[in-house]
Amino acid sequence: MKIQQLSLFAENKPGHILGPCRLLAREGIDLRALTLADTQRFGILRIIVSDAAKARSVLEAAGYVVKVTEVLAVEVPDRPGGLAEVLGVFEGTEINIEYMYAFPFGRGEKAILIFRFDDPDAAIARLREAGVNVLESGEIYDR
Amino acid sequence: MKSSTSVSFQPVSAPDFVPIERLRALQLARLQEVVTRAWERVELFRRRMDERGLTPSSIQALDDLSKLPFTVKSDLRDTYPFGLFASPMQEVVRLHASSGTTGKPIVVAYTKEDVDVWTSVMVRTFACCGVHRGDIIQNAYGYGLFTGGLGAHYGAEGLGATVIPISGGNTDRQIMVMRDFGVTVVCSTPSYFLHMVDRAAELGVDLRELPVRTGVFGAEPWTESMRKRIENLTGIKAYDIYGLSEITGPGVGSECERQNGLHLFEDHFYPEIVDPETGEVLPEGQEGELVLTTLSKRAMPMIRYRTRDITAFIPGVCECGRTLRRIRRISRRSDDMLIIRGVNVFPSQVEAALLEAEGTLPHYQIILTREHGLDQMEVQVEVTPEVFSDKVGALEALHKRLTQALDHILGLRVEVTLVEPQSIRRSEGKAKRVIDRRAQ
Repeated sequence: MKIQQLSLFAENKPGHILGPCRLLAREGIDLRALTLADTQRFGILRIIVSDAAKARSVLEAAGYVVKVTEVLAVEVPDRPGGLAEVLGVFEGTEINIEYMYAFPFGRGEKAILIFRFDDPDAAIARLREAGVNVLESGEIYDR
Repeated sequence: MKSSTSVSFQPVSAPDFVPIERLRALQLARLQEVVTRAWERVELFRRRMDERGLTPSSIQALDDLSKLPFTVKSDLRDTYPFGLFASPMQEVVRLHASSGTTGKPIVVAYTKEDVDVWTSVMVRTFACCGVHRGDIIQNAYGYGLFTGGLGAHYGAEGLGATVIPISGGNTDRQIMVMRDFGVTVVCSTPSYFLHMVDRAAELGVDLRELPVRTGVFGAEPWTESMRKRIENLTGIKAYDIYGLSEITGPGVGSECERQNGLHLFEDHFYPEIVDPETGEVLPEGQEGELVLTTLSKRAMPMIRYRTRDITAFIPGVCECGRTLRRIRRISRRSDDMLIIRGVNVFPSQVEAALLEAEGTLPHYQIILTREHGLDQMEVQVEVTPEVFSDKVGALEALHKRLTQALDHILGLRVEVTLVEPQSIRRSEGKAKRVIDRRAQ
């Protein structure tokens, strides 16, 4: 259910995202999803890759600080209201979304939402109850 | 617009011109008195003298001073707050403090007599710089625990000049006051004055058109080229003064109109130049560390205090006629202390702050620059796996914690930058802690 996301610290300077991307490319590691959270002072690069364990060891060996966090991936129809339906599931609960990002999937009919919850287990239970499809890690790499 | 700067002799300067034999006799009598006072009243001094089999009667000549043990800054910290006081608190009329290395300041004390001596040496400092009654003095040294503000204030009043206690900061108001009040003398750190000069130019105020003619600058080391720059830009004469809180504050020494070395007011502060490694007293003219003994201080006598300032005596008698010995401008320090906007900063304080905020000590680097004449301090801190988070809020909170810890321990606004691990260059595994680009 839970998917491993890697986060990297990046200074807010030109070229600072290139290094880790090149490194992963050289090792044949595929990026499935990527988002950059940036502030005036620094950035946090968050990625989901085909082989999290290998990516982590490659990046750490190159001196990057890598943090592995568990996120949830949810598939929604790529149409108006798709996201609102999923978010509505958490209305009235104490489950908090730390952050989220989305990317289109397949041939444009679907989108995948990546959620970082403060309590992922409670979130899984709630999503299942509501009949929302929570993806296994293999599903977002292999499809 | 500038009045002519005729420097006539002022009676307050009389002690500067005492014949050398009389000065030496006075110094010896005062040295014997202060050593006796320290030995009788301060446990640390007594213990250290006892360990060496010394008593106050060991001091029969000025040269005997070299037998006495040194006092160092950490002695003030170790006896925090009042452990080196030689007067009961009922006789102490003033406390000042300067930053220490662990967040605890160093405390210094003054009796009424000490404040009077301090005032008299600051009066003589102003007189040395050609300042006199009738001058309007803008005192932009910081008022408060820092000795600069009140030291210059009392001296200015003692001279009978008009003092404007504006303190540091609020540059636009400084310039308005300088222009509107007809200021003739400015006291500040040289870097802050340069900042004022830049700002004045932006506001369309030309200092050459104003009556200001003298700058009394201290609290940080500065260079001859900086003096030239100030003098060329403004048409004022810029004087270097010297002092430190542990000894009294400003008023330990001052340049005279010759601007060739700083006269030390050695009837109150006895100077030696020692080898910073061995502690041996060096022959006249050789460069070493300045060591000062307070000859008349009552509340907090200092015996052979290691200033860590590197200088040398200038041989010969000054053309101004003062018999007081001169030292060269302070060129550097024998320890790693940095002076930033007049505030003393040790890299170890930065480490203490980072340790406090993070729980572990990350790799860091201090970068000093000068913008518009003002010192800027940046601390770059490498992000470690222990503190890294995938959440922006957590990293922002870390940044804030680091900034606050540095602010608290240094008493100085510092720009903190989080940098990638391994991005601070190391040589032989050790990072260079301080990059000083202020002279560039």
